[in-house]
Amino acid sequence: MPKTSRTMIGASLLHSHEGKLLLVVVALAVFLSLATRSFFSLQNMVDLLTSYAFSGMLAAGLLVVLISGGIDISFTATASVAQYIAMTVANHFHVGWIEVIAISAAIGIACGLLNAVLIGTLGLSSIIVTIATLNVFFGLLMFFTHGNEIFSLPDWFVNGASWVVYTDADQTPYVFNLQMIGLIGAFVLTAILLTRTNIGRQIYALGSNVEAAKRVGIKVFRLNLLVYGYMGFVAGMASLIQAQDAQSVSPNALVGRELDVLAAVVLGGASLTGGVGTVWGTILGVMLLAFLQNGLLLLGVPSYWSQCFTGAVILIAVSALAVERQRHRAAARRVMA
Amino acid sequence: MTNFIEMTGISKHFGGVAALSGVDLTIAAGEVHCLAGENGSGKSTLIKIISGVQPPDAGGVIMIDGVEYPQLTPSDSTRIGIQVIYQDLSLFPDLTVAENIAFAQHLQGLRSVNRGRILATARAAIARIGISLDPQAKVGDLSIAQRQLVAICRALAAEARLVIMDEPTASLTRTEVDALLGIARELKRRGIAVVFVSHRLDEVLEIAERVTVLRDGRKLGTWNAQEMTPRRLGSLMTGHEFDYTITAPDLSAAPVVLSVDRLSRRGDFEDVSLDLRRGEILGVIGLLGSGRTELALSLFGMRPPDTGEIRLDGASVTLRSNRAAIDHGIAYVSEDRLSLGLVLEQPIASNIVLSILGKLAGAFGLLRMDRKRAAVADWIEQLGIKVSDPENPVRTLSGGNQQRVVLAKWLATQPRVLILDSPTVGVDINAKDGIYAIVKRLAASGMAVMMISDEIPEVLYHSHRILVMHSGRVKGEFHPAQISEAELREAIDA
Repeated sequence: MPKTSRTMIGASLLHSHEGKLLLVVVALAVFLSLATRSFFSLQNMVDLLTSYAFSGMLAAGLLVVLISGGIDISFTATASVAQYIAMTVANHFHVGWIEVIAISAAIGIACGLLNAVLIGTLGLSSIIVTIATLNVFFGLLMFFTHGNEIFSLPDWFVNGASWVVYTDADQTPYVFNLQMIGLIGAFVLTAILLTRTNIGRQIYALGSNVEAAKRVGIKVFRLNLLVYGYMGFVAGMASLIQAQDAQSVSPNALVGRELDVLAAVVLGGASLTGGVGTVWGTILGVMLLAFLQNGLLLLGVPSYWSQCFTGAVILIAVSALAVERQRHRAAARRVMA
Repeated sequence: MTNFIEMTGISKHFGGVAALSGVDLTIAAGEVHCLAGENGSGKSTLIKIISGVQPPDAGGVIMIDGVEYPQLTPSDSTRIGIQVIYQDLSLFPDLTVAENIAFAQHLQGLRSVNRGRILATARAAIARIGISLDPQAKVGDLSIAQRQLVAICRALAAEARLVIMDEPTASLTRTEVDALLGIARELKRRGIAVVFVSHRLDEVLEIAERVTVLRDGRKLGTWNAQEMTPRRLGSLMTGHEFDYTITAPDLSAAPVVLSVDRLSRRGDFEDVSLDLRRGEILGVIGLLGSGRTELALSLFGMRPPDTGEIRLDGASVTLRSNRAAIDHGIAYVSEDRLSLGLVLEQPIASNIVLSILGKLAGAFGLLRMDRKRAAVADWIEQLGIKVSDPENPVRTLSGGNQQRVVLAKWLATQPRVLILDSPTVGVDINAKDGIYAIVKRLAASGMAVMMISDEIPEVLYHSHRILVMHSGRVKGEFHPAQISEAELREAIDA
């Protein structure tokens, strides 16, 4: 029986996790647009993109780690170290964007590689190693900085770079800024890595079946260096655009946000056991959390209730995902029998 | 026929223990060869040497295409065209069929993915063995038999000249085994040699040319497959004669313990009636999907039936949970002991007492260690479980001993009805014999046993009455003495 392409798209939309998530995100957006005056405004969207750029970039990096079958908790500490050192150097030496980017990238990658080496050589689980390194990185940072914030950043950094895209009737400019570039860059780079390169397919294979990956000739240790190094690199980049947005650096502003990022990636359909996850799903996961937190704020929900509500939504979504996978597996079994 | 591989004087020691001593093996081009042996006979070690995973001890010679190798590396062996399909198949469940088949192309460093080429490679491999398989499907959604085909296609895509299959029939139904044998013939026709490694070779004997038997690391010999029978193979592999005779006493006077009346569960089984008597071993045989396991799960309270009645000692019972079934004296030993029956990482002792923790509790509901030790020692002795220390993890035991631990766990609940689901899957011949002896002893002591199986000799020689299930219904009841293996096979497949 021939199917029209529209029903095919409709069916695949409802069958894939990403499709269902898209419907939920759209429904939430429609609801918030009707319930609040300011949600569906260009300014709110620009603000959301800017303020969620940090979490979104980290989500892209973490997605790669989760697909490989590992996990990284330490990236917020990595980001804090990277931005603190990069900005301290920027304040004391005559450097520019290139140097600052190089420094935070190098620090991020170094922290990531350290994680991979510890996981690979000690044979420990990634969650234990990265919880430990989170504390080590963060502890060292607090010790050496005494928790002091950096309030004055170089002018060229504070001014950043932005391009006015559109000016409305009230002469309010809408800009395309560094945060958006970082966010889009991280997602595009991750998508290319995962779907267009052989390395990306090896990462899926590694997360799917470690034993088989070794047998087929994948060099697991080297691949892990790349995976955790990439996570560190993304954390370094994200730390810069976060500092630029905040216009200051605080050593303890970022640690504590890692679980939000993890929740967004898992909401997006990535599996904690590896092998499963898409950039598209991760984007939707980040959007869902962003809309929810922003929407609750606009609706005037007190912030503790907002946290509680966000937690509940994560619980419901992840349970739905689990039920969906069980059904899928049961269906596959029926086909077998 | 020219020889593809000639191995002479291959030995391998691990520490002081000889896994292989002085083994010779030749494999001709395009030959189907069986490598038979019990667990621990050295067949896995031999495969690892052929595939280059482990080097042999010095002194042996491996000759391939007339070139002499003191030892092979994994890349040598791949280059020569040797492909091993391990029992776990080593596939990536989250990747597509095509990606699994052509994964070697993903190993080419930083080059970008060429989906078209991967798809073409996969299609070509699939076409070579003439099967239908969707290259875009996810491997995780396929059946075990289909996954095996993917693994075979992957070997073909790697230009295999020799495909070694480790225990390929272990989890296949008869129909699926036949399909696999058809593919082996096809490979042979294309000049690709196939080695089946197994301890269950009855089916494979049909298409093999030669059989090599290993025992305790030594080669007993190589025979033409035509002159080999399953029974002779069994005695060669184990060094014992297992000559089972049908023993089916008349138990029609014994009281009925479990009675099932027109039991149905939608999609699983329909209109099943049976009586199970004291001291009886009732064999239930049928293909995968015949409803045999589903029936057992209903009797064990895990999938309540829609209609019908279950009676225990004449009284109607409702079994809504496995706890209820256990309380009524029903025990169920599942087919899949690795994932359902045992906690592999936990000590043997803890596994044995898992089902009776309540009975071992003393004051304040705390576990009494003295009672636990006594119970564990008792069961280890009664079932003859070979353990060096009951505190070792179950994982360290052989398949046969693991199965005994599962049995001990359930027997500890003192059941009146024991349901065994494929009790000897993955257990070698010697250990099977031990399990049969235990089951017969239990029945003789008055337990009512229902033994589900898909092995014909198992129900024919070790049960007192045979029920054949097909498509969820009981298709016939047979007395073992009045039916032959062939007739029984026909009844099952029809």
